[in-house]
Amino acid sequence: MDVRLTADDGYQTQRSYSIASPPSTDERLTLTIERLDDGEVSPYLARELHAGDQLELRGPIGGYFVWAPALGGPLLLIAGGSGSCPLMAMLRLRQAAGSTVPARLLYSSRSLDEVIYRSELARLVAAGSGLEVMLTLTRAQPPGWTGLHRRIDTEMLQSVAWSPAERPWIFICGPTPLVETAASALVDLGHEPARIKTERFGPTGG
Amino acid sequence: MTMSEQELRLDGNAAAGLLQEVFVHEVTSVRGACARCGAVGEMGAQHLYMTPLSPGAVLRCTSCDSLLLVAVRTGGRLRVGLQGLVWIELPDEGAAS
Repeated sequence: MDVRLTADDGYQTQRSYSIASPPSTDERLTLTIERLDDGEVSPYLARELHAGDQLELRGPIGGYFVWAPALGGPLLLIAGGSGSCPLMAMLRLRQAAGSTVPARLLYSSRSLDEVIYRSELARLVAAGSGLEVMLTLTRAQPPGWTGLHRRIDTEMLQSVAWSPAERPWIFICGPTPLVETAASALVDLGHEPARIKTERFGPTGG
Repeated sequence: MTMSEQELRLDGNAAAGLLQEVFVHEVTSVRGACARCGAVGEMGAQHLYMTPLSPGAVLRCTSCDSLLLVAVRTGGRLRVGLQGLVWIELPDEGAAS
């Protein structure tokens, strides 16, 4: 989804964001935006935008980074930071469609507080439809944390991903270095490049 | 490749809106063939360089890093160069289904 902002003096700037809500018939959509303090657009969207303000939107666009229940599974989702947004749309759609396709989300975050959708993820897992969520907290861990606590690497992917013979669909979204590390490690482990879809984001991107 | 260039690189997905101004169809899921190495892939999977790395959108082949497509806005026009694509494959709206 492209969001265009126009200042009073006519200056325009545009950003692309991933939609976090599943396809639906009501006319709402959800964008999850991470505020970057030195950013041009996200501080405005996070702090100054109020209910009732108008935005210029273009979309939804893009048929590449998309999973639908008909595609089947298993479904392996790998998120770094706010890269969880488009993956959340897939998990919400999977739930709304009553799909029981096995799904795993490996989510790398700096700390537990920075995990977006934490309570919703817990509910989705508790629903018992075959979703597993694994968090890795790379910078700070709460006392007693027994989960993963390092950056995503080959060993972690090997334990989380299904075997290449099970041909999972793999969607990776996050900062470019994380996406490149994960995608090349999965190819090295024998997964088909054509079943690995990536969405890198940068400070000015989606 | 410098670290910043690697960090700022995106995927073709991020150019979905821009490319839809050029083509009638949504093209991130469209396949194309690289003129240099012949690799076939979806446009959304190719490497995308945008500002501040390039003045417009530059799509490069993920296999050989060769230029596929350039789109630059200048003087009220959008100039599109497709020199690096041998072909792209669009849905055939005219086909009997």
